[in-house]
Amino acid sequence: MIPRVGVVTFPGSLDDRDAARAVRIAGGEAVALWHGDDDLMKVDAVVLPGGFSYGDYLRCGAIARFAPVMHSIVDAAKGGLPVLGICNGFQILCESHLLPGALTRNDSLHFICRDQELRIEDTSSMWTADFEAGQEILIPLKNGEGGYVADEATLDMLEGEGRVIARYLGLNPNGSRRDIAGIRNELGNVVGLMPHPEHAVEDLTGPTTDGLPFFTSVLNSLVGAS
Amino acid sequence: MARVVVDVMLKPEILDPQGRAVQGALGRLGLTGVQDVRQGKQFIIDIEGTLEGDRYDLMHKLAEELLSNPVIENYTMRVVEDAS
Repeated sequence: MIPRVGVVTFPGSLDDRDAARAVRIAGGEAVALWHGDDDLMKVDAVVLPGGFSYGDYLRCGAIARFAPVMHSIVDAAKGGLPVLGICNGFQILCESHLLPGALTRNDSLHFICRDQELRIEDTSSMWTADFEAGQEILIPLKNGEGGYVADEATLDMLEGEGRVIARYLGLNPNGSRRDIAGIRNELGNVVGLMPHPEHAVEDLTGPTTDGLPFFTSVLNSLVGAS
Repeated sequence: MARVVVDVMLKPEILDPQGRAVQGALGRLGLTGVQDVRQGKQFIIDIEGTLEGDRYDLMHKLAEELLSNPVIENYTMRVVEDAS
């Protein structure tokens, strides 16, 4: 079985092609999904890619949340469909309330684009199972509104339940509370991550191939389950 | 025609880097004594007829769910009748 991983294109998505390429390099079949169509084409997992959906108007992800495809994805995610939101995708997952908290303007007010060291904190999610707990990785980061915020009770809950999946190492690039780079939902099928693993999947174009395990994790989880 | 005005502000406990940058600029331009600046958004919505009943309730719901993000923002909504 070759798992089918849908990659959604919104108006203003930028990284949908790189995400699809990462799926293929990891051994999956990438399926293009369109924001205006609520048909998920029987995919086994979904990636919400980075970019600037709807020009980031109103708030990042605020309008994408109401796209027809998102209605289907929210329902399916609640039923266990694996969903990875990268950067703008993470913002959409928070706006959709599939993940708690919100992403706000970088505390420096600068758009940050650099290779970023992360520590993988949780390997129980469907998107991080192929990492070692505590593994340090280097993947690109590029955001203007990547500051993760939530109230203290929510942050404590995320930490207590092991739902922080990755943390920034070194200088915090955007003011994220507790250096949080990514989180997961309770079930572990939905993950939001601000840096970009899809840009680090082969030596020619990425700083490392440290992003690949995010994609092999979900493929292996799906194959193992079938 | 009714005019609806929705003001959206970051909650007090959420850092507002844009407000902070404006605060710095005000000081550099000679305004002394600025203690805090918060930056928000205002939506002015002109709508046919009067806003009441279900439509009023829906406007409130959308002010909360679309125009603002309750995780980080508060909103206030007021209706200005006969704005024309």
